[in-house]
Amino acid sequence: MARFRLPTPPRPHVPSPDEMKKRTQDNVVWKSIFRPGSIYRKGYRDTSRDRALAAMNNVLYHLHPVKVKRHGLKLTYTYCLGGLSFFLFILLTVTGIFLMFFYRPVAGASTELAYADMQALTRVVTFGDFVRNMHRWGAHLMVFTVFLHMARVFYHGAYKPPREFNWVVGVILLLLTLLLAFSGYLLPWDQLAMWAFAVGMSMAGFTPVFGQQVSFVLQGGVEIGPETLLRWYVLHVLALPFITTIFLAVHFWRIRKDGGISGPL
Amino acid sequence: MAEDVQMDQKVYDELIAQGKSERIARAKAKAATVRAKKEAAGEKVGPREAGDTPAAAPAAAASAGGAPAAAAGGGVATTDRSAPVTGGMSPEERQKRVAAALAARGNGGAPAATETKYAGQAHTHRLLAMVPPTGIQQIRAKQEDKVYTWPHLLGAEFIALLACTALLTILSLLPAFPLRELANPNITPNPSKAPWYFLGLQELLRYFHPMIAGVTIPGIVGLLGLMTIPFLDKNPSVRPENRKTAITLMTFFLVGSGMMTMVGSFFRGPGFNWVWPWIDGLFFEL
Repeated sequence: MARFRLPTPPRPHVPSPDEMKKRTQDNVVWKSIFRPGSIYRKGYRDTSRDRALAAMNNVLYHLHPVKVKRHGLKLTYTYCLGGLSFFLFILLTVTGIFLMFFYRPVAGASTELAYADMQALTRVVTFGDFVRNMHRWGAHLMVFTVFLHMARVFYHGAYKPPREFNWVVGVILLLLTLLLAFSGYLLPWDQLAMWAFAVGMSMAGFTPVFGQQVSFVLQGGVEIGPETLLRWYVLHVLALPFITTIFLAVHFWRIRKDGGISGPL
Repeated sequence: MAEDVQMDQKVYDELIAQGKSERIARAKAKAATVRAKKEAAGEKVGPREAGDTPAAAPAAAASAGGAPAAAAGGGVATTDRSAPVTGGMSPEERQKRVAAALAARGNGGAPAATETKYAGQAHTHRLLAMVPPTGIQQIRAKQEDKVYTWPHLLGAEFIALLACTALLTILSLLPAFPLRELANPNITPNPSKAPWYFLGLQELLRYFHPMIAGVTIPGIVGLLGLMTIPFLDKNPSVRPENRKTAITLMTFFLVGSGMMTMVGSFFRGPGFNWVWPWIDGLFFEL
């Protein structure tokens, strides 16, 4: 007796990895994202040409040229201090944005929202304490790395022509870093914050001739109060980062225009 | 005009024999061919001399009206090194010259750009600007020992970034920053200390008048002093052995501010009075 057999359904076509890759990359969307010559279009082989293309077709081309001086790669030449300062600035921006979701800069009797938000952030918000700690450690570390970066640049004589102006920009960035750190110090609105801030503020009050006016403007009143908190919050999250970003752009641009990293000694 | 000009092989060989480069020899040989052709056609070649023109003084009128061949080839404002008086033309003369040149083109004095642009008109080179050598950016590319940014620099940077993130992650897991009581302007904690990066200045306040310690030293010595370093230090060398003064001064400044900060941080207690941290405990908060 002939056995009855069901016809086998045709097997669905399973594309090979190569086919998948071709389908993903060979379309207008992919090609609009990756520039001609990008290693994500043509693939990457470890050749001089592809190394150059990898640097060129990359947003980091804003920061780095295709080739750099070999001596600058040595860890003990830069200790990565400038790069780490910039990385910390980005990390502080990211963690800072997270913290902004949970913080209102409001103080004053019966409306102590800032302090209440800080309590909630450290106890209730998921990862709140972790992100706050990271922001705070990052800020201390950034003051430290920027300071050391300045020392490193000095000892290499890297402020000498043609880099004089970039040194001046760097000093301004050091000042901005200190201001960013100091402005953030007030925001928790606890005793440590207020009184550390008060000591700093009293120094600003010693400005010759205009001492009183300077403190009035910086405090938003004759003493530290809710207006001070709001004022330094806006400085901390908006004004100072904005100015810093502009000076950073000039700083990085001038590094390349002045011939890349200084030296060799 | 555009067709390929044949080289004068004899001139070419001569120039090569003289040791000229191939490029120059080729150009000169072509020029020789052109010159020979022009001479055969009865045209005058070579720089014009003062005696060529009917009247030497108004060279303008001469080149425009007197020599149609030159005018036809030359537009209005070509440079002519051999006409020495061009600069001294009066406006009337200049106008006359322009009119004559345009008339020679055969369009009745009206400048007709569309007609003259390509139709059989010879293009001439015009002098647009004189550029002093200082106006050009001099780029001197030196042969340097360089490596590719990818993978050498970007790889190293990525590792540094990971190490930094790892360090911060570990630190952030510690309960390092407990929140204190609510800010209260009526209760002054003892000691009241600034953030650590200003403790060097707070320490200076113990020794100097506030105007000196709070404004003059950080503002004038610190910021302005630092900013003017590149303009005060005229020593071009970057080698440490040639910069003893600069390095000594900066080291003095850095060590001094570091020591002030350390003293202010760890050796100052209640009332900002001196304490020994291993006896009286630490009065330092980040």
